[in-house]
Amino acid sequence: MTTLTAKDKQTVKAFWAKVSGKSEDIGASAVARMLVVYPQTKTYFSHWQDQSPNSPAARKHGKTVMMGVGDAVTKIDDLKEGLKELSQLHAFTLRVDPANFKILSHNILVVMAVMFPTDFTPEVHVSLDKFLAAVSLALAEKQGQEDPGVGVNLFRVTPARN
Amino acid sequence: MVEWTDFERDTIKDIFSRIKYDVVGPAAFARCLVVYPWTQRYFGGFGNLDNAAAIKGNPMVSKHGTTIIQGLDRAVKNMDDIENTYTELSVLHSEKLHVDPDNFKLLADCLTIVVAAQLGKEFTGEVQAAFQKFLAVVVSSLGRQYH
Repeated sequence: MTTLTAKDKQTVKAFWAKVSGKSEDIGASAVARMLVVYPQTKTYFSHWQDQSPNSPAARKHGKTVMMGVGDAVTKIDDLKEGLKELSQLHAFTLRVDPANFKILSHNILVVMAVMFPTDFTPEVHVSLDKFLAAVSLALAEKQGQEDPGVGVNLFRVTPARN
Repeated sequence: MVEWTDFERDTIKDIFSRIKYDVVGPAAFARCLVVYPWTQRYFGGFGNLDNAAAIKGNPMVSKHGTTIIQGLDRAVKNMDDIENTYTELSVLHSEKLHVDPDNFKLLADCLTIVVAAQLGKEFTGEVQAAFQKFLAVVVSSLGRQYH
């Protein structure tokens, strides 16, 4: 996997600045598509009363995911360190098969194409694809490492508050 | 044999009747070369692929993009027998062109993105599911004759 160049980071930041105002809609749409197009992903949400793609729980989850993405943009220079806590959450608490990060990333890209067809050029696409792959890698970082166990508050995962 | 619902059949036929082949094909193929640069390995004879602008403006890229989507059209017209429809193309890609079949999936993803941009809100989750199922069958059929 290639590292993010300075140009990639610049492109991602500029594109995010354009689209972040719609991040809730982006997130809701990406999660909805994921649940419809890849129904196996619903297995992670069996605790939701309503697993339909446009349920309040799904929308809320979309918002949560995009807040995480936005946070990752601010930490783009050191994703491994910056996303450490989210990685622990996904590895030890949520136990998400990392293949699913790729699925959600794909759906985020599809939504970008739907909502921003002119701005989502091939140049932006490649940088964003690389960025989401780097985020996914950082989130999978803690897999296979020892569970830190008691004493680490895995639920104190909040996105950066600006 | 693949089972298609009425919704899936209608959706695929609808999408392909609406998109402009000479726009979507070139755009998807160019995007693939930009987003997944290792795919350029198969196109050494295409001239300047140095950057995104060069790729987008390259007439051989455009022509090949149109060729690809015309190939997809054959699957649209033979949805109940895509596997056999693509036997020769599969042999071609394996024996003559030596294309890693993983690349078919990459191109399929770029097609999804370009069609999504064209159709906008009408490219709903259900439409996306049908389109991706169709492309998955195409990709699988193209890989079938590899040995």
